Amino acid sequence: MTTHYTKTHEYVRAEGNTGVVGITDYAQSQLGDVVFVELPPAGKTLKKGEEAATVESVKAAAEVNAPASGEVIEINNVLSESPALVNEDPTGEGWFFKIKLTEPAELNGLMDEDAYREFVKTLS
Amino acid sequence: MSALQKAADPAASPGLARTSLYDLHISLGARMVGFAGYALPVQYSPGIIQEHLFTRASAGLFDVSHMGQALLEGADAACAFEALVPGDIAALVPGEMRYTLLLNKDGRILDDLIVTRLSDANGRGRLRLVVNAATKQADFAHIAELLPGCALTVLVDRALLALQGPKAAAALCRHLSPEAARRIASLPFMSAQAIEHEGITLDISRSGYTGEDGFEISLPAQAAREFAERLLADEEVRPAGLGARDSLRLEAGFCLYGHDIDETTSPVEAGLSWTISKRRRKEGGFLGFEAIKREIETGPRRLRAGFLIEGKIPAREGAMVLDTAGQMIGRITSGGFAPSLGKPIAMGYTDAACAAPGTRVLLAQRGKELASTVAAMPFVPHRYFRKAR
Repeated sequence: MTTHYTKTHEYVRAEGNTGVVGITDYAQSQLGDVVFVELPPAGKTLKKGEEAATVESVKAAAEVNAPASGEVIEINNVLSESPALVNEDPTGEGWFFKIKLTEPAELNGLMDEDAYREFVKTLS
Repeated sequence: MSALQKAADPAASPGLARTSLYDLHISLGARMVGFAGYALPVQYSPGIIQEHLFTRASAGLFDVSHMGQALLEGADAACAFEALVPGDIAALVPGEMRYTLLLNKDGRILDDLIVTRLSDANGRGRLRLVVNAATKQADFAHIAELLPGCALTVLVDRALLALQGPKAAAALCRHLSPEAARRIASLPFMSAQAIEHEGITLDISRSGYTGEDGFEISLPAQAAREFAERLLADEEVRPAGLGARDSLRLEAGFCLYGHDIDETTSPVEAGLSWTISKRRRKEGGFLGFEAIKREIETGPRRLRAGFLIEGKIPAREGAMVLDTAGQMIGRITSGGFAPSLGKPIAMGYTDAACAAPGTRVLLAQRGKELASTVAAMPFVPHRYFRKAR
């Protein structure tokens, strides 16, 4: 089980052929209080880098891109009632959706946890 | 992810000015952002929603030292200043304050500001002006140019704190002498007093930008941190950032200059005709009077309105206002999530014919149309201090 990160602060945690997608702790801290998350419908096919979800915070909206290509197989319905989970536990209960990875090799092009941590350091 | 705001790292943004509370914000764990050329806290660790709700329930302390403070002095400063603003300034008695507008010759809004009449000194009238940060240089240049008979002194070494919320009066008074506390506790809304406090002068006004009871305290910059820390030691007071300041003022229905009002909007369209007194409407004598008189007679083409949005997606600044037939009738100028209401609200302009509360509209942004209703403002009732009679 490895987690991969994009430069645009999405993560995808590979669990076999399934990728669990969400936004990073850095992303949630920059956005502030999340009040709504708009998720893609199950069954939708996403291409890597394509707009997949929208996060609305008190102040602003941000688009979330698919960190890898695949078909959406499950969405985190709890977020519709408890969007604050994205702030409280972004990589745990605050996940966005799961995809069936169609191009697992794409993950090699993403950062691992250490590389992402170093990347975030360069931002502040 | 798109649209992540860059934190204001002073090393990365050496051009940002700091207020005298900069180090205090950092030590309180603030997330700093650039705003009008200053590094300011957008939020502290509890986050905007908690800071907002705490301000409505108890008291929030805001650093608004970026705003422009100035003294305008002259033989008849109040009458002279009326040439630039439509408000009744001559009628103010010392200690009274007024919200008014700097207008250009076309009757459009250069800035909104608070004017306080101070007691005369040496036979000269004195006004204290508090203007917006982003416009302060232009405002002061404009005032100095058009009122050469008055002396304009920009108060660069004074900080400005806002203590807002239902517990603000009690919290502030605990830090004042019994005599000063008595004067401040009974201070009417929109009036000000100078308080001598441990060797410094606190210019305290009962005013604010949240719709709550509260105070704005102008004090020497070098004394600001200690005074702020003392207020924050009170368990009824917590720091609040620019994010909560924005969500609080939006709920209160107040305009944010540069967004809801600017050099393209008139006071009549903006629903700010109430700032033009009966005498000033009749007599005129201010920049932009002819244009405003015409607009009052013919009625404005568009009007500022509030919007309640169905569902949970906030409409943001720039969203189009459509009528139910899909015709564009206006634009959103401020929008976000209202923590006190638990739902999204917005403010914007719409054709005057479609501005009545209850009118159904659609707000279009990013390829989506949000069902919405024109709503009366404020969204959250104002709770100003009213003196018991």
